[in-house]
Amino acid sequence: MAHIAYREALGQAMSEEMRRDEKVFLMGEEVGFYQGAFKVSRGMLEEFGPMRVIDTPITEAGFTGVGIGAAMVGLRPIIEMMTFNFSILAMDQIINNAAKIRSMSGGQFTVPMVVRGPGGSAARLAAQHSQSLESLYCHIAGLKVIAPSVPKDAKGLLKSAIRDNNPVICFEAQALYGTMGEVPEGDYTIPIGVADVKREGKDVTLIAWSKMLLLCLRTAEELAKQGIDAEVVDPRTLRPLDLETILHSVRKTNRVVIVEEAWPYAGVSAEIADRISHEALDVLDAPVERVTGEDVPIPYAKNLEQAALPSSEKIIHAVKKVMYLE
Amino acid sequence: MTSKQKPPFIEFLRQMTLIRRFEEKAAEMYALGKIAGFCHLYIGEEAVAVGAIGAADPKDYIVTAYRDHGHALARGLEPKRVMAELFGKATGVSKGMGGSMHLFDASRNFMGGYAIVGGHIPLATGIGFAMKYEKKDQVVLCFFGEGSVPSGNFHEALNLASLWRLPVVYICENNRFGMGTPVERSSALYDIAHAAQAHDMPFHHIDGMDVTDVYTQMQKIIEGVRKAKRPIFVEARTYRYMGHSMSDPAHGHYRTKAEIDEHKKRDPILTLQQLLLETKEITKEEISKMERDIQDIVLESVEFADKSPEPPLSALSEYIYAP
Repeated sequence: MAHIAYREALGQAMSEEMRRDEKVFLMGEEVGFYQGAFKVSRGMLEEFGPMRVIDTPITEAGFTGVGIGAAMVGLRPIIEMMTFNFSILAMDQIINNAAKIRSMSGGQFTVPMVVRGPGGSAARLAAQHSQSLESLYCHIAGLKVIAPSVPKDAKGLLKSAIRDNNPVICFEAQALYGTMGEVPEGDYTIPIGVADVKREGKDVTLIAWSKMLLLCLRTAEELAKQGIDAEVVDPRTLRPLDLETILHSVRKTNRVVIVEEAWPYAGVSAEIADRISHEALDVLDAPVERVTGEDVPIPYAKNLEQAALPSSEKIIHAVKKVMYLE
Repeated sequence: MTSKQKPPFIEFLRQMTLIRRFEEKAAEMYALGKIAGFCHLYIGEEAVAVGAIGAADPKDYIVTAYRDHGHALARGLEPKRVMAELFGKATGVSKGMGGSMHLFDASRNFMGGYAIVGGHIPLATGIGFAMKYEKKDQVVLCFFGEGSVPSGNFHEALNLASLWRLPVVYICENNRFGMGTPVERSSALYDIAHAAQAHDMPFHHIDGMDVTDVYTQMQKIIEGVRKAKRPIFVEARTYRYMGHSMSDPAHGHYRTKAEIDEHKKRDPILTLQQLLLETKEITKEEISKMERDIQDIVLESVEFADKSPEPPLSALSEYIYAP
């Protein structure tokens, strides 16, 4: 297996799918000549040319709508958002058109499209560039939402997303692009809707995705030093959600902490907590705890940004709470 | 058809009359509660859809907004299935999932009516993009009201189409009012077509109350777009006789009955009837027979819609995700 960066895994997924299927193309700001704002599409313009790796003006609604129209007549666009913060400008296209065309047309037209790009906080980008917007898209029937946390998942899930006949939103945490991991050689896919147990444990289940998954794995090592054996479950896809894998873990540990970078109000973690409380109340030894970002726009100041985001300390505190150790 | 052939104006008269009578019946059915939701009638504007779609090839694509009954019927969607859609029945063109504002027919490249002002214009650009990507010679006709022209979607979509030289005809149906706001109060440009200049796009004005003008100009425009592979903007000046939707009285407080009556003097159906009578291409008896035939079609449509079943409850989730 090759040891490669998350960004390279995504680039491989796109390039391999474009070689496999000439209907697949990449469109977005700076994806071509600039090689991608985060270098995810490095080398792709050279290989596929400007008809398939398409630089757009700064017009998210416009080029997202173009992708939808093209998908309706059989192409398979990958729309890159330079950051998901800018996808807000295209939300009408994504929510009112991409998610609904199949339904409104009685199944006559489908929108096989991927909208992907970086999200979440990175190093002090301030309020407008540090948002985790997964829950906004998870709320919408007609969309699928994936949030891979490691390079292997990023490649396999993105390939599934490109082959999926529905609009798929792919969140790539900006802070993950440089992270490394083992990625199998050759063609493989990871199905949308299947979670993964990233660390086995018996005392508590930590549920997290994307960048928070890595934080949970690091925190699990801290907990291990304190004699607490945490299992870490990565849903990988947020809509549809693999509740079975989550419940299997909950039945094993009887205690749950969900970690989400986004805000607490109406978050994805609230949805997961609700499902667990309905499906596994009988095995829970404590109420499900959520560790989320604070309910504030993310500040620029270093200390305040750190205070606004989930941390190992907050996770450890929540774990001890569900274990009645504090 | 080629330009040497005689224009099918009798067929256009039939289509415009069908749209008019179909919608008059829809208004009745709305009043009876058989049709619900928002229902935007096209009465007065028939010449634009009929002339423009009549000039297009069946393989070309049509994208439109929420005032879409006229475009659907002009495109040849079955009246009874359009009426069934308005009734929310399983036999409707969108299986009862879309209603008045979301008519679709894949078999006729009728790509839908969309209910967010201007939101569908980028989709038309995207279909045009796909035609270029796949080296096909189909053209896209995109209809929208003048109320969309100030929107971001409009400008983003036109810029991309012009920048990438996509085969799209953007047809602004300027009926003077975005809901209840006249164009003078919503657009800094009174001459809407000049908006195309901001995107280096050629533009044309057509008389949206005269189907002969719409058809003859659109024939040249569409073939020009097909050959030159670049978009064109068309402003069709027209007028809607009815309110913005069925929840809006015919003229409300934003215009006068006298204003509407003034526009009715140039009614597209009566104008064409007059022309065809003068040129002796049709007789009064033939017009009467046409009216009777259309009346039958409209009544059959209502009967079909009324008798059709509602969608099964399984349809609630059937069409959300594709396999």
